[in-house]
Amino acid sequence: MAKSTYYIPVGPIHPALKEPIRVEAEVEGEKIVKVDVKRGFAHRGIEYMGMKRNAIQTLYLSERICGICSISHPYAFVLGSEKALGIEAPPRAQYIRTVIAELERIHSHILWLGVIAHEMGFDSLLFWTWKGREKILDLLELITGNRINYSMYMIGGVRRDLKESHIKAIREAIDYYWKFTEQMKEIFLSDPVYKARTRGVAQLSKELALKLNVVGPVARAAGLRIDVRQDTPYDAYADIDVKAIVPQDIVGEVYGDGYDITLVRLYEIEQSLDIIEYCIDNLPEGKILAIPNYVALLNKIKKTQGEGIGMHEAPRGEVIHYFKYDGTRDGPAVWKVVAPSYNNINSWGPALLGAEVADIPIVVAYIDPCMCCNDRMAVVKDSSGKVLPYDLIRKKAIEKTMRIKKELGVRK
Amino acid sequence: MTPETLAYSIGFPLLGIFLGLVYKGMDRRVSARLTSRIGPPIRQPFWDVGKLLLKETIVPENAVAWLFNAMPIVSLAASLTLLLYIPFGVLEAPLEGYGDLVVILYLFTLQSLAMAIGGFASGSPFSSVGAQREMVLMMSYELPLATVIVGFALVYRSFSLTTIASTPVWSMVGPLAGIGVLLLLVALLVVTPAELAKLPFDIAEAETEICEGMLAEYSGRNLALFYLSDAVRGFAMAAIEVVLFIPFTLSYIFGLNLSGATLYIVEGLWFLFKVAIVYILAITIVRTSFGRFKIDQASKIFWVYVNIIALLGLALVWVGV
Repeated sequence: MAKSTYYIPVGPIHPALKEPIRVEAEVEGEKIVKVDVKRGFAHRGIEYMGMKRNAIQTLYLSERICGICSISHPYAFVLGSEKALGIEAPPRAQYIRTVIAELERIHSHILWLGVIAHEMGFDSLLFWTWKGREKILDLLELITGNRINYSMYMIGGVRRDLKESHIKAIREAIDYYWKFTEQMKEIFLSDPVYKARTRGVAQLSKELALKLNVVGPVARAAGLRIDVRQDTPYDAYADIDVKAIVPQDIVGEVYGDGYDITLVRLYEIEQSLDIIEYCIDNLPEGKILAIPNYVALLNKIKKTQGEGIGMHEAPRGEVIHYFKYDGTRDGPAVWKVVAPSYNNINSWGPALLGAEVADIPIVVAYIDPCMCCNDRMAVVKDSSGKVLPYDLIRKKAIEKTMRIKKELGVRK
Repeated sequence: MTPETLAYSIGFPLLGIFLGLVYKGMDRRVSARLTSRIGPPIRQPFWDVGKLLLKETIVPENAVAWLFNAMPIVSLAASLTLLLYIPFGVLEAPLEGYGDLVVILYLFTLQSLAMAIGGFASGSPFSSVGAQREMVLMMSYELPLATVIVGFALVYRSFSLTTIASTPVWSMVGPLAGIGVLLLLVALLVVTPAELAKLPFDIAEAETEICEGMLAEYSGRNLALFYLSDAVRGFAMAAIEVVLFIPFTLSYIFGLNLSGATLYIVEGLWFLFKVAIVYILAITIVRTSFGRFKIDQASKIFWVYVNIIALLGLALVWVGV
């Protein structure tokens, strides 16, 4: 009998992957024999938009790159921008930024744990983890005024101070999350179904992880000691001495699979709790903004020539923002964003090859993909493979819009 | 065929559909409460069916249309026929004498088969993977299921459900065979979610992997028929478990002396109560507290562990009787 293979298309519309990306898997029975990952469904041109606005407007735009990492991008933005401008945030602002970033890491990791449980059909666990996550969203709302997209950071500091009542609420939340993480560890690490579904799935060796340039928890689960907070410490992390969490330190062995990444994320929640505790215990007094007047800040930007790179360890990995101010306008002349999912999606191909159809959702979810962070550039080619110039694409787009309008009978 | 049988054969399916949907509603509600949600109202499955019946029925372009459209009907017909073999409390099964436990086994298989064939006929890769998985799963759980039925035949020297329902199995067996029957019960409880395509064995319909698998291409009236068939099958499976393992009537326990309409109503309600308990214990709680297995893991569970339990139970029953 001839071998019969067929394609299983996952995405851009698929219940396992609620994000605009396409994975084409060629399967033989249950086994995947060929994988193709196609990106480029959600190009939003945010960098281009950012280079037309002033720096403070761009800061809020950067927050909208990703919904879940809504602190990671502004964090890298302000760090890069401050380096380019040559200013430094006051110590109190640095500590507050660190607290907010770590709070976000906790909620992002809990969100991921719920998602991975859902992908293996374990919906009760999804509801339970997300119920636990609510408390930290409430806390962030109390501190910043918003559950998501906090608008908290400013070039040279933060916009809101931590009050005594906030610190009390944070302490309560920390106590709650120590207990909650303990329960989560018990459930995720000892549940036989969870172990059966994640052990050996999405496995990456150390060499392959290095070769594919994966970052964040994916790299750490493969045994690489990579963490921006450890390698190039910034803000309050410089005082804390953060160590990257790798499975060999926790259980003594590395598989680099879905189970190991759960381990890494669970222990990172505890690490974050430690960091927050340290920060609120040692919160320095003082002001929270280096240049409180925004007009003065924009004027300084307009006079500055310089460039800087801001790096932040987002829950998913390393976020890099590159900045260049050319001294002619009050916004960045060049703004380049590198988001962690871009590197991590590279691991889908090797991880899926030879896996089963049932493993697709877990492999897809284990890097915690974020497509909106991802599509930085679109290249359009014609049928002969020639790259089309920007002006021509723009002209064609206008022509197409006019044609559709005419067909639909829409008046000007 | 007497007029009475005819009345039963129309009344029972209607009653079965109603009860199946009510139990489905209950199942959803209890499951929601277990996961700290409020959940839909109990009448929600009725609305679901109503809505599906109003929607457009789409047949995919590369499907085998007649097979694709016929399979939901076969599936529902099989599950409705199933109801006619189940003694309802003290009521005799309408088709008593025309079939027995073996027929029930076949009717359950026929439903799964209809879904698998429908999946293959739809021509979608998701459905094909789902149908393949369903076939593998069916091959895995049929043997333990057959073992349970053979075990009962050993005890009663009969395959007839009404004979089995008339005397509780626990009074027929000694202590050794009692343990055997208990093991058979365990095996049947593990098979139940697989038979009904519920978690942790809803591998053939895995939503996050293959978009509901065999049902991926079904819509409108066809999907409504499958929905009804699923609801009826859930009720029938729980009812069979009650008949096999807890057939104790109220009159048997308390020695009541009821007669006439009172007897039928009281015993009927008692039967429904027992079915609800079994439904929630064997289906709702299990499906709320497990993740989904992979197909090879599920096969291993049935072929190795459940088979060992069932065969051990059968051996004990054989020795004990």
